[in-house]
Amino acid sequence: MWEYSEKVQEYFYNPKNAGVMENASGIGDVGAISCGDALRLMIRVDPATDTITDAKFQTFGCGSAIASSSALTELIIGKTIDQALELSNQDIADFLGGLPPEKMHCSVMGYEALRAAVANYRGEAWEDDHEEGALICKCFGVDEGMIERAVRMNGLTTLEQVTHFTKAGGSCATCIEGIEEVLAKTNAAMVVEGLLDASEAFDPNEAVRPVRRPKAGKSPLAVTLEPLTKPKLTNLQKIRLIEEAIEGLRPFLRQDGGDCELIDVEGDRVMVKLSGACVGCQMASVTVNGVQERLIEKLGQPLRVIPV
Amino acid sequence: MRPVYLDNNATTRVDPAVVAEMLPFFTEQFGNASSMHAFGAQVGGALKTARRRLQDLLGAEFDHEIVYTSGGTESDNMAILSALETQGARNEVITSTVEHPAVLALCDWLERHRGVTVHRIPVDAKGRLDVEAYRKALGPKTAIVSIMWANNETGTVFPVERLAEMAHEAGALFHTDAVQAVGKLPIDLKSTEIDMLSLSGHKLHGPKGIGALYVRKGVRLRPMIRGGHQERGRRAGTENAPAIIGLGKAAELARLHMADEQTRVKALRDRLEQGLLQRIGNSFVTGDVENRLPNTANVAFEFIEGEAILLLLNRAGIAASSGSACTSGSLEPSHVLRAMKVPYTAAHGAIRFSFSRENGDADVDRVLDAMPAIIADLRSLSPFWKDKRPGAATDAAFNPTYA
Ligand SMILES: Cc1ncc(COP(=O)(O)O)c(C=O)c1O
Ligand code: FES
Repeated sequence: MWEYSEKVQEYFYNPKNAGVMENASGIGDVGAISCGDALRLMIRVDPATDTITDAKFQTFGCGSAIASSSALTELIIGKTIDQALELSNQDIADFLGGLPPEKMHCSVMGYEALRAAVANYRGEAWEDDHEEGALICKCFGVDEGMIERAVRMNGLTTLEQVTHFTKAGGSCATCIEGIEEVLAKTNAAMVVEGLLDASEAFDPNEAVRPVRRPKAGKSPLAVTLEPLTKPKLTNLQKIRLIEEAIEGLRPFLRQDGGDCELIDVEGDRVMVKLSGACVGCQMASVTVNGVQERLIEKLGQPLRVIPV
Repeated sequence: MRPVYLDNNATTRVDPAVVAEMLPFFTEQFGNASSMHAFGAQVGGALKTARRRLQDLLGAEFDHEIVYTSGGTESDNMAILSALETQGARNEVITSTVEHPAVLALCDWLERHRGVTVHRIPVDAKGRLDVEAYRKALGPKTAIVSIMWANNETGTVFPVERLAEMAHEAGALFHTDAVQAVGKLPIDLKSTEIDMLSLSGHKLHGPKGIGALYVRKGVRLRPMIRGGHQERGRRAGTENAPAIIGLGKAAELARLHMADEQTRVKALRDRLEQGLLQRIGNSFVTGDVENRLPNTANVAFEFIEGEAILLLLNRAGIAASSGSACTSGSLEPSHVLRAMKVPYTAAHGAIRFSFSRENGDADVDRVLDAMPAIIADLRSLSPFWKDKRPGAATDAAFNPTYA
């Protein structure tokens, strides 16, 4: 079962603005039936002020597709077209209290439907340049297409580089074999196309050396002598650990022109400030998930990361 | 409100009698069957009884034809990997397009990384195997055929006894994934030519994480897991005694309830199916209606999406499952329905209701009450639906820009 937020459930069970609009000023049809998603967005525009006065939708899709469509209509009604076009798919996801990484494409569909409807209103043609592949890294919501593009555009040839450019693999690292497979395939294609020297291409057959742990200065048996219940972290210790973990992630975020700063810690709630490219970034809510995973791993206790 | 559980092909409730049989083997008779003391001996005896009970359910000739595993997936993997090693120069596998991922994902991997040639036999619109294509694929290079007894999504039953004979005519081994068939269909392996058969405890009111591979006497088996001498050296590792004993009890109960499954449970399924088709237009049953498991109904509701249906059913306290893409986290709808060329608009809205002996008439009534409104609500949101009939939302046909 997916973990849908309360808001997603509310907008799925009682969607607002569902249905057909007669004499719409603009209609946007997007989606792909093979993926189980299709959305028709209808908008009414007041030509004098260029304001969207009403919006309706019809959706063939799962719970989050219906919720995203409804959220989109709520977000755009009352906005001018230019204001509406400033909305990102992340705004739709945020409005809904976040979406699972596998479901972010539902918010992308809403974002595209708006562009299609506006193009239709303005009498322009609209081309969909969006593509996606299998989701490779769940922590950061990175799919095959994103890895392939990063590898091609930047001539990447190692796993570490891919992590720097896409964040994929930067948290739990259970996805690194999947990343390496895409890297190997893409590099091989680049070699054939003459874009990459064969000697530099990622070699999937080269055995990866096991990584040694730093020497622990005491006998591993000592571990069993520790009391069974770990002493609770003091608030100060907890904040230090959180700070350290966030510091460790910042280089990845800065690669993308973004950043993340610790604001406050209240019980199990960790308030952070995302800045720079992270704010409007399509993947901000997945970034938050990634940071959260990392913190939980570091502290060994449940935490919620909340962007403020 | 009592929940209605109609997802028994996904997993079943462990029968309380099974739990009762298992419990002493956690805390009292916890010994290792290999040990020389009394603790071990007690367990050894109970394991023997459990093996006999499973043997009875399968109609196997010998109890040592049963090798316990961690479940259906391990059994499927063991059968195919073993055959590729024992069958000499034969290095081709024949399977069907509608198998469980436990077979298909392994075959994909063997093809990509081990140079194995895989033939995937197609099915027709009703999900029936193309037997002619199967005959043509069989040959001197075939190491093993792995074709399921009953399909987990549609319940369609394949004629595995005949398929096994055909495999033997070509000198190939025959394995069947019978995870959905065991406990639901009468099986008598000693009168068939089936060489290997996979089953899983949690599909027949037994515990999860236990299963078995039947390996007909004389068939060579190359172990996948090596170590101690358990299971006569064919699957090493200390026996999961409580689970094996639970599976034994579950097998005994399945035999007792077989007639009930074939009559009462089947009638419940049929009443649900007929009731849904009568109440809801633009819906149809998928699969081979004449050759089906008695407990499975797979109904496609056109122009809406399965996950949305499941969420609304869940709110009404009803558990079912769907072949929709969205529930699996992949973007493609069910490979089984696609193999049957069910159109995308219907494949996404296919719902599987799977019964067990624990269901009753009240469960059917609850679904028949809830479903029409759920389907109508979702169709009213769908751009593929207009004025209670399929069609475009407005006069212009709905023709989205495809991503
Ligand atoms: C046909 C079939 N094969 C194999 C399996 C896998 O069995 P297990 O969960 O015991 O590994 C299942 C269960 O989902 C199944 O339905
Ligand atoms: S799934 Fe990629 S880092 Fe966790």
